[in-house]
Amino acid sequence: MGVSRAKWQLFKRFALYVTIVVAIIIVCFPLIYALVMSTRDLQGTFRYPPDLMPGNSILSTYSQAWNTVNLGRLMLNSGIVAVTTSIVKITLAMLAAFAIVFFDFKWKNIAFGATFLTQLLPVPVKIVPTFELMKTFGWVDSYYALTFPYFATATGTFLFRQFFMSVPEDLVDAARVDGCRPMKFLKDILIPLSWNNIGALFLVEFVYMWNRYLWPLVVTESESMRVSQIGIKMLMTTGSINKWNIIMAGAIIVLLPPLVVLLFLQKTFIEGFVMRTGK
Amino acid sequence: MKSYFPEKILPYLLVAPSIIIIIVFLVYPFGQAIWGSLLRGGVWGATTRFVGIRNYVELFTSPDYLWTLGRTFVFATFATLGGMAFSLGLAVLLNQKIKGRIFFRTAVIWPYALSPVIAGVLWALLFDPSSGLFTYLANVLFGMELNWRTNGTLAFVIITVAAAWKNIGYNVVFFLAGLQNVPQQVLESAEVDGASSFQRFWRISIPLISPTIFFLLIMNYLYAFFRTFGLVDVATQGGPGKSTEILTYKLYQDAFVFFDGGSANAQSVLLFVFIVGFTYLQFRYAQRGVFYGG
Repeated sequence: MGVSRAKWQLFKRFALYVTIVVAIIIVCFPLIYALVMSTRDLQGTFRYPPDLMPGNSILSTYSQAWNTVNLGRLMLNSGIVAVTTSIVKITLAMLAAFAIVFFDFKWKNIAFGATFLTQLLPVPVKIVPTFELMKTFGWVDSYYALTFPYFATATGTFLFRQFFMSVPEDLVDAARVDGCRPMKFLKDILIPLSWNNIGALFLVEFVYMWNRYLWPLVVTESESMRVSQIGIKMLMTTGSINKWNIIMAGAIIVLLPPLVVLLFLQKTFIEGFVMRTGK
Repeated sequence: MKSYFPEKILPYLLVAPSIIIIIVFLVYPFGQAIWGSLLRGGVWGATTRFVGIRNYVELFTSPDYLWTLGRTFVFATFATLGGMAFSLGLAVLLNQKIKGRIFFRTAVIWPYALSPVIAGVLWALLFDPSSGLFTYLANVLFGMELNWRTNGTLAFVIITVAAAWKNIGYNVVFFLAGLQNVPQQVLESAEVDGASSFQRFWRISIPLISPTIFFLLIMNYLYAFFRTFGLVDVATQGGPGKSTEILTYKLYQDAFVFFDGGSANAQSVLLFVFIVGFTYLQFRYAQRGVFYGG
């Protein structure tokens, strides 16, 4: 009995690993297929029956994807927009949460409630008037239009508020007794304690902004102000047939920046964001 | 008693930037959307006419809009339930005592970094009517001819699967966090009492992670409703016919292709009503769960 039980346990372990590997292959398969496609010449994308053999045109497909839609410029735009917006959002959220947690003022509940409007009012809910507003400001086709409407954040304010409320009372009292000014307290004590939250939020906001498509499509006109997601659409629509090798090369290039940010900040993201918002 | 800093003016200055952004770029345009939804021909044309609720009446009497509304709900429901079920399964697997857990976790949550646009092109490639791998497999295994450019149902299935697949990373991360909060002692004592692993999962883990399940349910619906425009726009452009036209796609078309500002604004306001509905459900039923932590 003992032997067969041990064998059964071993079999269960084995089955578990096999299941996990199969599940992971299912999740990763579309990307693997895209990688394979991106290495072939155009002829190779029509191969029938389809297979998973890589081709040897990798340099030419990636450089074509890069050059046909001026992907360098589009990536730069996406980068500027995503980094700027992430930094501004984190800053504004931190300042607002700081006021809400560490000060007593009349409008604090209203101010906290107002940040939740950002959840309730995403782009599609006000798209025509926001576009009109950009025209009034003369901001159409500019970085201002791509960034400003996103600067306020409920998620960030909520996250910092949660975190600040968990800061020990003693620390605050001690700081006050020592005559520590509020902004110095924020800079010297709270920010150094908040790096996990800041990192997690940076990931969330960077990925979110990098992947915007609808608003940039509406509010930019010139090729030089387009963002990388629109570049993929442009690759899809150039020519009479889909050049899948080049489209996939473009998609992989555009996926890389948020993927790298995710890989670096994964642990922080889980500890500083997921554990705090989703429980 | 909580102690506060004594400054009186400073807190207002600290919240001012957020509040100004919210008023100028969110509240004001939304007010304009409500007002614009009561007008005809005004937003883009020369003469503005007040038409009361006529834009809304026209939407709700137009089969086109009602179909799009229904289609979006079906799309969101399948994408949400399918994606969440698969993700929960994955999370349970990854929550076992296994070697290389961090590696496996990364291999599963990476789609979090993926945009709906990229998800759209990857699945459009897999189902390409002439050379797609899945088109080929369906033909060889089941003798089916798959062409989503003519088959609306297939196109709808593809965008649903792509949308669900893209959100796996997000779902797994939150499910894993939820499962890790299930107390180990409870599970172990149930095991001692003879509960099978299936029973332990259904009777202990699922009830304990129900706040996570509810949170993700709402987040997935919101995602499927509001963040899938790019996926549809690159993969199917709403077609063939209107078989993949979802609410945001119709809104974009009416606003920026057909320049029907009044109707577009009315559609925007209706989208807001849906968001309020989802958010209400979240606060009403998930309040205890979703916001207790931290």
